[in-house]
Amino acid sequence: MSMNNQGRPTRPLEAEGAADTFTGNRALMLEEPLIFEIGAADRTGVDLDAAPEAETRLGGLERNRPIGLAGLSEPETVRHYTRLSRMNYAIDLGLFPLGSCTMKHNPRLNERVARMKGFADIHPLQPIDSVQGALEVIHELGEWLCKLTGMPAVAMSPKAGAHGELCGILAIRSALEARGDAREVILVPESAHGTNPATAAFAGYRVEDIPATPEGRVDLAALEERLGPDVAGVMITNPNTCGLFEPDMKRISEAVHAAGGLVYCDGANFNAIVGRVRPGDLGVDAMHINLHKTFSTPHGGGGPGSGPVVFSEALAPFAPLPFVEKQGDHYVLIEEETAEDHHESSFGRMVAFHGQMGMFTRALAYMMSHGADGLKQVAEDAVLNANYVLRNLEDVLDAPFAASGPCMHEALFSDKGFADGFSTLDLAKALIDEGYHPMTMYFPLVVHGAMLVEPTETESKAALDEFIGALRSVVERAKAGDESLHAAPFHAPRRRLDETGAARKPVLVWTEPETAEAAE
Amino acid sequence: MRYLPLETADRQAMLSKIGAPDIDALFGDVPEEARLDGPIRDLPNHASEMAVDAAFRQMARKNSAAADMPFFLGCGAYRHHVPASVDHLIQRGEFLTAYTPYQPEIAQGTLQMLFEFQTQVARLFGTDVANASMYDGSTACWEAIVMARRITKRGRAILSSGLHPHYVSVAKTMARFTKDEIVHSAPELAASGDSADLLDRIDDETSCVVVQYPDILGRIGDMSELAAKAHAHKALLIAVVTEPVALGALVPPGEMGADIVVGEGQSIGVGLNFGGPYVGLFGCSQKYVRQMPGRLCGETQDVEGKRGYVLTLSTREQHIRREKATSNICTNSGLCALAFSIHMTLLGERGLRELATLNHAKAARAADRLARIPGVDIVNESFFNEFTLRLPQRARRIVRKLADDRILAGVSLNRLYPDEAALANGLVVAVTETTSDADVEALARGLEAVLESAREGEPA
Repeated sequence: MSMNNQGRPTRPLEAEGAADTFTGNRALMLEEPLIFEIGAADRTGVDLDAAPEAETRLGGLERNRPIGLAGLSEPETVRHYTRLSRMNYAIDLGLFPLGSCTMKHNPRLNERVARMKGFADIHPLQPIDSVQGALEVIHELGEWLCKLTGMPAVAMSPKAGAHGELCGILAIRSALEARGDAREVILVPESAHGTNPATAAFAGYRVEDIPATPEGRVDLAALEERLGPDVAGVMITNPNTCGLFEPDMKRISEAVHAAGGLVYCDGANFNAIVGRVRPGDLGVDAMHINLHKTFSTPHGGGGPGSGPVVFSEALAPFAPLPFVEKQGDHYVLIEEETAEDHHESSFGRMVAFHGQMGMFTRALAYMMSHGADGLKQVAEDAVLNANYVLRNLEDVLDAPFAASGPCMHEALFSDKGFADGFSTLDLAKALIDEGYHPMTMYFPLVVHGAMLVEPTETESKAALDEFIGALRSVVERAKAGDESLHAAPFHAPRRRLDETGAARKPVLVWTEPETAEAAE
Repeated sequence: MRYLPLETADRQAMLSKIGAPDIDALFGDVPEEARLDGPIRDLPNHASEMAVDAAFRQMARKNSAAADMPFFLGCGAYRHHVPASVDHLIQRGEFLTAYTPYQPEIAQGTLQMLFEFQTQVARLFGTDVANASMYDGSTACWEAIVMARRITKRGRAILSSGLHPHYVSVAKTMARFTKDEIVHSAPELAASGDSADLLDRIDDETSCVVVQYPDILGRIGDMSELAAKAHAHKALLIAVVTEPVALGALVPPGEMGADIVVGEGQSIGVGLNFGGPYVGLFGCSQKYVRQMPGRLCGETQDVEGKRGYVLTLSTREQHIRREKATSNICTNSGLCALAFSIHMTLLGERGLRELATLNHAKAARAADRLARIPGVDIVNESFFNEFTLRLPQRARRIVRKLADDRILAGVSLNRLYPDEAALANGLVVAVTETTSDADVEALARGLEAVLESAREGEPA
């Protein structure tokens, strides 16, 4: 049996002489039909009490046609979803090196506290006296965020990172309008997150790009030149999407402020600097923090997220409703704009209720577990791990900004040097066969065939060494022109899927297949 | 610091491989004046699992949990029984700790689940298609209004007075920046909603009419006429459902001509959680599918011809189109959608219909009991599991008094509409399958006692 560079056995890409199975299953790799194919309208997995006698008062709108739902018994339901779960890669299974997305260990203590009935089983409109502990969690988490960022105020309600961006930009717009200053343009550097321009446009601004320097940072001269009375502000990502710290951040803030604008910082990468740098000290006016990235709330296959926003003194009065205030030992929830409590300048409500309570408990539990000392160590280990990956691969992979100095929490590579016809995509799909989720591909756009690797602080040195070995091996195959890479993955639950076909003729819901009789 | 696997020796070995003398060398790009030298002031150092657990238990005890007392709150968030297997299954690490399914070959579990979820939501709503979920009902509602603007190229949205006031606030807040016009007035404590007013308001400038079903006071109205009038003026009808269990008993909005149906999915599979995370539902007609916001999962096949699923039509998304994106949404509520879908699978057609029947019957009996209290009127002609009481005095005060006696009586309309004096005596009461006869009796007696003591001259 052949061995890899960690001394582990490897298996050949195509198994010799294996017959197709009757079921389509391959041992523990199982095929699973849709619930509509295995369930039935009259099958159910719940036992409900019989309804008492009562007069119907549905206003004459009783449903008179079937819904078209399929039910399964409880054992069948458990098996269906357990089988589906086995077709997913997850951070619990291994390293998940998505740059800019930050997939780190999700502690189970956080799950436990979020499920305590005092948090999970309370209604958002209960009397304030009956939810003092919940308001305490929100207030306490807000305090941690303010202290970690060096900012005086926080809005907790935004439901995700992009929602937080929108919150920050709406506060900027409100502050400018309050001083009678209707500016039209938001500047967004190329090194910023892709969500930033959409957010600014959604808030009614015209977006102009600021180029990146060859070193992968904001072109300060270009930025300063563009500033003027029509510029409402800049949206800057720091550390940026090239994995680099923007060393001119303070100068940028001063220049923007001098020109009458305000500074939005995308805080998605805050995990790289938490405990070591406070964005408030750099002149930032608003910054969202993705609780799932820096503070480890689970991503759940795409969400929920949570994106609280911290504000400078200049923007604090415009923060959205509602918010929690501590008055003596009592917590109050400010839900309305009223003159007497001086909140009449709030830009309003972004969402029903008070934000992602279930994420707040998890994030606060994580912060308390790490503490001020541990959070600083988080940033240090995240940066150390990323630089370790960078230095261990730069001899085989082009690292366009490696000469700029250390990276922060993520290492950026390009596809330069691959044999003709080999792409970042091929590399990524081959990594799947090696048992890894691929890194972020083709982002940021400033680098050709970009590969952005973010190991995070919760990976051990041994785990990094093994990943480095796997990535190195597929790079070597790409350079050697191994044609089989084009067909990878071979061992995943599915081979390459036809995404173009899916978009051309979208099939978004299941429909009953035509029966043989109906077709006749 | 049990979540960090590196030891001092590892760090030393790694620094030497990197060629850095110490960790500070890796932060060399941070300007001197921005560096924090000491620890962050006023924050404690790390704490053990036992200590953190104890601290949260203490905070949790300061809250009154719904399960611990007679409980009647609704208005956009409902207490239902969630089967134990739902929470167990969503805690499987392969669901809980997965990312957005950008690599479909190793995300078929999440993707197939989303495809099933989309089908369940579309069938429940009576729409052709549905997306893979939104942040929550209120943001889904605003996105529907924006979508109607994209389709009709008009900017005047008419919101029913029966729409949840928080949903109205979200729309008004956002509309200030997008320059949309929002037409809306507060509801009246009347037996039926404002369809007649809405019919009068629809004209050739209208982008959409937004109607909640059942509405904030629990009333149920046929929206067929509104749909017909809206369509005659080339406007869209948007239906908002905050209690999806109701659709187990009611004609779905899609069958009454709604072009877009949005909703809050919290009722099915997701707990109360003090307001979040919840799961926004979003369905629409096939002809508008390319204008629909949010993530979509589509069926396709792999190179071996096997059926599989991928995220699709993402060219509408902001991370690809940058400033041309059709919405600000960059995520969905994947895990909450999973909880919804599992609960829906356990219920099935039969279970959902039975659950709806049970909710309605219990609510009807509770309404009959409360109506017998002197001075209390039931405002509604029609309702599903939620209805509005007109009390002889301010409801907010009564809610507070009953909370002191450990009865959570409902949502006072004053909490939702602090500026509307005419609504101050309104109390919205929700009854679900979790409400016992004893709970209803406790509420009735509590109300009787409070109203009685007020009549005896206690200051109101």
